[in-house]
Amino acid sequence: MTADSSQPPGLQAIAERITYQQPDSWAGVPTHYCPGCTHGVAHRLVAEVLDELGVAGRTIGVAPVGCAVFAYRYFNVDFAEAAHGRAPAMATGIKRVLPDRVVFTYQGDGDLAAIGAAEILHVAARGENITTIFINNATYGMTGGQMAPTSLPGQKTTSSPFGRDIEMTGMPIQMSELIAGLPGAVYVARRSLHNVKEINKAKKAIRQAFEIQLQGLGFAMVELLSNCPTNWEMTPTQSLEWIETMMIPAFPLGDFKVPNGAKQS
Amino acid sequence: MAKGRVVFEEALCKGCALCTTACPPAVIHMDTSRSNSKGYHPAILIDPEGKCTGCALCAVICPDVVITVYRQMAAAA
Amino acid sequence: MKQLLKGNTAIAEAAVRAGCTAYFGYPITPQTELLEHMARRMPELGRVFLQAESEVAAINMVYGAACTGARVMTSSSSPGVSLMAEGMSYIAGSEVPCVIVDVMRGGPGLGNIAPSQGDYFQMVKGGGHGDYQPIVLAPATVQEAIDLTALAFDLADRYRWLVVVLADGSIGQMMEPAELPAMRPVHRPGQNGSDWTLVGTNGERRPHVVNSLYLEPVDEEAYNLRVQQKLAAIRQSEVRFTEDGADEADVLVIGFGTAGRVAQSAVRNCRARGHKVGLHRPISLMPFPTDRIRQLAGSCRAILVVEMNAGQMVEDVRLAVEGRVPVEFYGRMGGVIPMPEEIEARIEALADEGASHDGR
Repeated sequence: MTADSSQPPGLQAIAERITYQQPDSWAGVPTHYCPGCTHGVAHRLVAEVLDELGVAGRTIGVAPVGCAVFAYRYFNVDFAEAAHGRAPAMATGIKRVLPDRVVFTYQGDGDLAAIGAAEILHVAARGENITTIFINNATYGMTGGQMAPTSLPGQKTTSSPFGRDIEMTGMPIQMSELIAGLPGAVYVARRSLHNVKEINKAKKAIRQAFEIQLQGLGFAMVELLSNCPTNWEMTPTQSLEWIETMMIPAFPLGDFKVPNGAKQS
Repeated sequence: MAKGRVVFEEALCKGCALCTTACPPAVIHMDTSRSNSKGYHPAILIDPEGKCTGCALCAVICPDVVITVYRQMAAAA
Repeated sequence: MKQLLKGNTAIAEAAVRAGCTAYFGYPITPQTELLEHMARRMPELGRVFLQAESEVAAINMVYGAACTGARVMTSSSSPGVSLMAEGMSYIAGSEVPCVIVDVMRGGPGLGNIAPSQGDYFQMVKGGGHGDYQPIVLAPATVQEAIDLTALAFDLADRYRWLVVVLADGSIGQMMEPAELPAMRPVHRPGQNGSDWTLVGTNGERRPHVVNSLYLEPVDEEAYNLRVQQKLAAIRQSEVRFTEDGADEADVLVIGFGTAGRVAQSAVRNCRARGHKVGLHRPISLMPFPTDRIRQLAGSCRAILVVEMNAGQMVEDVRLAVEGRVPVEFYGRMGGVIPMPEEIEARIEALADEGASHDGR
């Protein structure tokens, strides 16, 4: 509660409460992400969840190679920096040795769906008791906007300048559906960060994914449809619309695996 | 309706304007008359009629954790 | 008390006795018995064992576990070690301790499963990209493999560095009488120093980050200078070798591992025929016994380097010798083990002819 000392003259001091402030687990430093990049939103949601669950003090995060390579700067938790795609393997090493810690990976679509495809598949197959936050923005952001396994048919990127040719490169990979097919994956959900309502739903899914780890049930992954205004060559606002109109049809939102095997879409 | 206000940690703001799209009473604006220390037009609250309710939707969409949201608990007598 | 032990099994059990907390590996001939021994022993002792989906995954699991301060190990053979090169570079780039066992086989490529020494360049010069060299220890017997594996964990923790035990398929597969050390207490995570390990802040300290990324060139150079200082300290204190009549030799034979062991027989046989020949067998390949070899070059007339490769360690010998005496090379490749007679013939040719400038 703070008395508001900046009220216009004439009003008496009024008691206030804070309805939103920086999470404790958030490092509170400027980020290197582009203006409007939803990496910031995803990071913030993870920080909020770690605080709400009271686990930040025993959390170890594993950062990817990609735009989020500096994720370790933004959380007040111990962090490891993995090689490209290898975060799930590093997380496995940490969790096996320290099973009572909360271990999570945070990965982009190149990291998880391309070079790290074997590693993510096998943590899910093993039912490794870790949590993965998967940022899908249909592009390789850090390296300047190349085609990703999740890029859409016809999508122009710097390595598909004429538009993604499905004949040559196949269809985008729906990782949540793929991972959900493995018995060790007990919670797999795809959400979006393109508006407030969806962001709030995403937070619930992230919280659920960490709770799965706390309950020792197996592997949990939340795929978050995200933007890349810079490489998509759009304004931040336009990029959120592009997620809604173009990405959601290709990557439907929903729960692909929930505990007790009940599948929902 | 409860009254609220928002405070922007201006040095963190990147001028992405997503907050302006999320604010229901549209009381957040980008201050195009100036730049912050990073060269961005920062977001500011322009709320002469006190329409902000402290709903925090702006804070939910803000990628840079710029915004602290306050809500009045009760009007003083 | 000595028992008849297979090299791979002995190395695995030596690691267990040295307090190895976690093992991650993948099957590959000729070292699979090491993985299999760990698969049984580690769970028996309540420690961590996991067969990874690939050597890529295994080395990264090692990397993760090493971040917690645990004593952690992997093992592989040449093609698998190539896959581990990336992970080794990252491990070196962040100074976390670990032990990597390479049981070398014929190559390049898929090669074969016979013993070779073709990974000397790869392991001694780094394995992966960038300026670093692991500590590399080269056993020639099952007993040495045991002793050097235990030593590897101590050196890894002492220097916060990666240590390679560089064996070959014949050491991995042979059975010899050897003695295992007593069981040592297990190093639990956090014991290696709480100023860098990733164990959770507990809300009591600033977060630790284990990272090999230094975007600013001056920061990356500062990191590299620190590593070079570490390597200089290692070179100062951790040179290991064994010799037989090296000081009195006219012809000095140098070989490591199995090649060194075969060369030992050749040296004895030649000496029995009246030749003044001696052996220098490096046990630490990094740090290389440069000073000692330079010193021996002052007293011998010629050096014969024997390896099971196309000539790799011979380059480090030539660097140490600095041209003072001729350095000849004799090698077999592809998994062929040289026999003493072949080496004896080369020794005696050198001894008879005096200086000879052919060869590599």
